[in-house]
Formats: sequence, structure tokens, C-alpha cells
Amino acid sequence: MDATTWVAKRTKPNWLARLFDYKPFLIALCLAPALGLLLVFLTYPLGLGIYLAFTDTEIGGNGSWVGLENFIALADDPIFINSIWNTMFYTFTATVGKFVLGLWLALLLNQHIPFKSVLRAIILLPYIVPTVLSAIAFWWIYDPQFSIISYVLVDQLHILDHYIDFLGTPWAARWSLIVANIWRGIPFVAITLLAGLQTISPSLYEAALLDGASPWQQFRHITSPLLMPILAIVMTFSVLFTFTDFQLVYAITRGGPLNATHLMATLAFQRGIPGAQLGEGAAIAVAMIPFLIFATLFSYYALGRRKWQQGSSDE
Amino acid sequence: MSDIAADNTPVVESEGPQLLSWDSRARRIVTVYIPLVCFLIILLFPFYWMGVTTFKPNSELLNYKDNNPFWIRNPTFANINKLLFETDYPRWLVTTMGVAIGSTILSLLSSVLAAYAIQRLRFRGSDYVGLAIYAAYLVPPSILFIPLAQVVYQFGLFDTPFALILTYPTFLVPFCTWLLIGYFKSIPYELEECALIDGASRLQILRRITLPLAVPGLISAGIFAFTLSWNEFIYALAFISSTENKTVPVAILTELVQGDVYHWGSLMAGALLGSLPVAIFYMFFVEYYVSSLTGAVKE
Repeated sequence: MDATTWVAKRTKPNWLARLFDYKPFLIALCLAPALGLLLVFLTYPLGLGIYLAFTDTEIGGNGSWVGLENFIALADDPIFINSIWNTMFYTFTATVGKFVLGLWLALLLNQHIPFKSVLRAIILLPYIVPTVLSAIAFWWIYDPQFSIISYVLVDQLHILDHYIDFLGTPWAARWSLIVANIWRGIPFVAITLLAGLQTISPSLYEAALLDGASPWQQFRHITSPLLMPILAIVMTFSVLFTFTDFQLVYAITRGGPLNATHLMATLAFQRGIPGAQLGEGAAIAVAMIPFLIFATLFSYYALGRRKWQQGSSDE
Repeated sequence: MSDIAADNTPVVESEGPQLLSWDSRARRIVTVYIPLVCFLIILLFPFYWMGVTTFKPNSELLNYKDNNPFWIRNPTFANINKLLFETDYPRWLVTTMGVAIGSTILSLLSSVLAAYAIQRLRFRGSDYVGLAIYAAYLVPPSILFIPLAQVVYQFGLFDTPFALILTYPTFLVPFCTWLLIGYFKSIPYELEECALIDGASRLQILRRITLPLAVPGLISAGIFAFTLSWNEFIYALAFISSTENKTVPVAILTELVQGDVYHWGSLMAGALLGSLPVAIFYMFFVEYYVSSLTGAVKE
């Protein structure tokens, strides 16, 4: 082969190769799978869900438009109203618990301790393991007759004189669920906040120490403002996923006793899938959206605005 | 760990300020080690309890008076045997593995292409497309599963593993794309320019230059996608109805719990065996996992 044929080959690649180098085509091709999947299985169902909420669709049948009927019926439904309060209480209490304990754990891990990376790996375990499976373990721990917690409190420490009925009464069941949720949420909060803590320069603490700041003052004036941006993001995610939690409640109580622990997500499932009332289930799910938007905006801006006030520009 | 790009802020081991002054050994034990040990015990106890219950014979399991419940006197494999040979557990395990691998590959493929288009091909509005994909992560499965059940039914996918393989990417793609955009950002653009001058096509560049450099990112995204799809519950519960097509988390809760008498031994054996694969997988790649978790939040 001589030089002329080689040049010709170089300047005229076949049409397929040219097509793949044509930028708009390439962009469309690269975005197609991701956007296609998301449009078909996320955007379309989201719209369909809002539509379904205004119909009386049942599984296997086409419903007709009923306007606000589902929502009007739900507004008079004590179980639904109760599930709203439960969801808000659950989200608020569990989030506070997770962040207080998670931040504490993050601060502990930020000290000089041996085997830090091993510890970090072990601490994440509750977050890795399938939630339903650890929920089943909690279900067993909360067993009315053979609860290990009751056993320790009654038979070993003699603090109580009777076994606790963890899941039998509404308030005990609610608190039991919140404890399980906090247990599962601590690792995520602790590890992400630890990453945030590690970006704070030690020289700031040295300077504070020279100025005679107490540990509390160091936390108040150095750690907390510098941690706030990352805390806002972690909190937003945490609130979002706690508010829409389904697995823990479904696995441990299934909404019982007497529907007292239903969250909006579990109620939507129960009405929608086993109850076959897709329209009503969708209405409950749609009713979550305003709360979700509010909770997300609140946790993001309430914490994010402080960052802005302090004029820190780094993300 | 220095090659992990998403973690682009310098990781500074903070000098525990207490070390510099008033700290004494006793004080440190009370303020650091005791709380830390308490945290560890509480976080790990359910797993210990799972393990102990799995290997306990029924006579010890339900009799706390004569046995110390925290220990096993006569360990038995009866519960594990029952689970493996008298239920469809091996089948559920295979299904779960298949679904997790399938959806991971599908999401990685589409995320790599999308992230490459958004970060490297750069077009007008590419930032907005990136934001839109990320916003999809904020739509929780709990408000999607009812209409999705309808969609899955319309496509004739109801009660097949494909229903799960195709719907899991809705929460995997946004996360993986965002993670990979971060990685692609860290790869010098000059490398690609050199290749362009040498006459490589765009796809050759992606395959020969960008992807090999983004391998740590791909591993992180893959691990994350695999564990998330292994653990997924609500879609698997809503879209699968026949016993043999269920995934492990759903099957244990719906198939092993029968009537009012709970067989805690085999339930805990199921929970333990269902957790072990992801736990082992995670232990191998723990650094990647931590970096993607923290990197995603910092982005």
C-alpha cells in the first residue's frame, strides 16, 4: 500500500463511522437509554399516578374519572388522617434521633482511634443489609413472649416486673418502629457527616485552642457552621426517605395494631395492591407529594440559608 | 484512595484537638471509648441475635429459664437445612442474583453513556439534562409503585423478573449518572483532545481512554447499584405474585411467615443467608462504597 491510498482511506471513513462522529447523533444515542428508561418508568408513571388519583380504577379494570371524590372520601377517613399524623411524627422523631446519635458517632469516629477504617466498615453494616431482613430481626427482638430486651430488663436486671408488649399497643408499637428506623439510619448519617468533618482544617481547631476556646465553643463556632452545608443535604435525603418509608413498617407491624402505625406509604400499598383499589391508593400516594416537597424544601433551605448568610461560597 | 475522583476535597485527618492539651487517658476512655463501644454493641446486636437464633435448636430457642439466651448450647444446622432443602430458597437466591446483576448492567450501561454525553460531549442545556436526571433520584418509589404496577401490567411484564430489571434503573440510573459525571470531570480533557487529533472517533475515545480511567468510578457505581437492587423491596412486593419468582427479601417475609406460629429459627436463617451475600460483597469493596456514599453527598 502506498501513501495515496492510505490518505484516501483516512479522509473517507464509511458512512457509519461518520454517523457515529456526528455530534448531535452521538449525543442523542448516548442519552437515549437513560432518558428512555426514566421517561417510561418514572415520568410516565408519575403522571399516570396523578391521573389515577382522580379515577376509581381497580386492578384489572379501567376506571372512570371521578374528580376529587377519592380525596373527599379520604378526608373523612380516620385511618388516613391518622396515617398523616403518624408519618409526620415518625419522620420528625426518627430524623431528630438519627441526627443527634449520628452526629455524636461521627464526632467519636473523628478522634484518633485505632482501627478506624475497620470500625467505619462495620458501622455501615446496618445500612448495607436488606432493610426487610433486619426488620425481621427487630420483629423477633420485639416478640411479646421471647423478647430479649424484656428478658434482660425483667429476668436479669429486675427493673420491670412484666414483659413489654412492644407491638401490641399503639404507642409502644410506634416507638418500637422509630427505634428500628433510627438504628438503620445512624450509619448513613454518621459516615456522611464524618466525611464532612474530615474536610474541616485542623488548623482552625489549633487556632481556637490557642484562643482558649472550650470544646463546646469549638463545636459551636467551628464544627457546626462548617458542617452545615453537608448536614443540609444529608438531612434532606434522610427526611425524604424516612417520610416515604415502607419496608420497616410493613415488615414489623403491617400497620397494626388496629391500623395505628400505618404510614401513608403502607396505607397506599394496602388499599392499592391487596385491596385492589388502585385509584384510592394512588390518591394516598399523591397526597404525600405536597408534604414531601414541603419537607424537602424546609430541611434544605432552613439549613442551607445559614450557609449563605455566612457568605461561604464552597459547595 | 487518592484515585477516587468524587472525593476531590483533600481528606485531612483532623488532629483530635483534645490531644493537644487537657486530655487525660481516663477522660478519653469515658468520653470516647465507652460511647463508641455502646454504639457498636447496639448497631451489631441484631446481627448477633440473627446468628444465634439461626443455629439454636427449638428447645433452647423458646426456653429462657434453663438456658442462657445469649449463647447456644447445642448448635444445630436444622434451620438452615430446612431453609435450603424444604423451601424454594435457592431459587429465590438465583432470581435475586439475576435481577440484581441484570439491573446493575443495564443501569451502568445507560449511566456511562449519559454521563459521557453530559460531561464530555457538552451541548447546550447539558447541565439541565444532568439536573433533571438527578432530580429523578428525589422521586421516592413509595409514590411510584401503584402507577408502575399498572404500567408493568400493560407491558405484559407482571410477575416476571423483567418487571424488576426494567424498573430498578429508575432509582439506579440517577445515582450512577451523577457519580460518573464526577469521575469523568476528573479525567483531563487534554487526553481526549490528543486522541481526537490522532484521528480516534468519539466512541473509540470513550472505550479506549475515558472508560479505563474511570474504572474506580465504574466499580463504585456498580457496587452501589448491586446492593440497592439486592435490597429493593416495594417494587418486588408489588410486581411479583408467584412464589417461585420472588426475590429473597420479599419471599422471606411473605413465604416463611405462615399463620400465627412464627418459625423464628428458619426466619432468622433466611434473614442471615439473605444478608450474607451483600455483606461479603460489600466487605470486598468497602472503600469504593464509602467513597461513593460520601462523594455523592458532597457533590
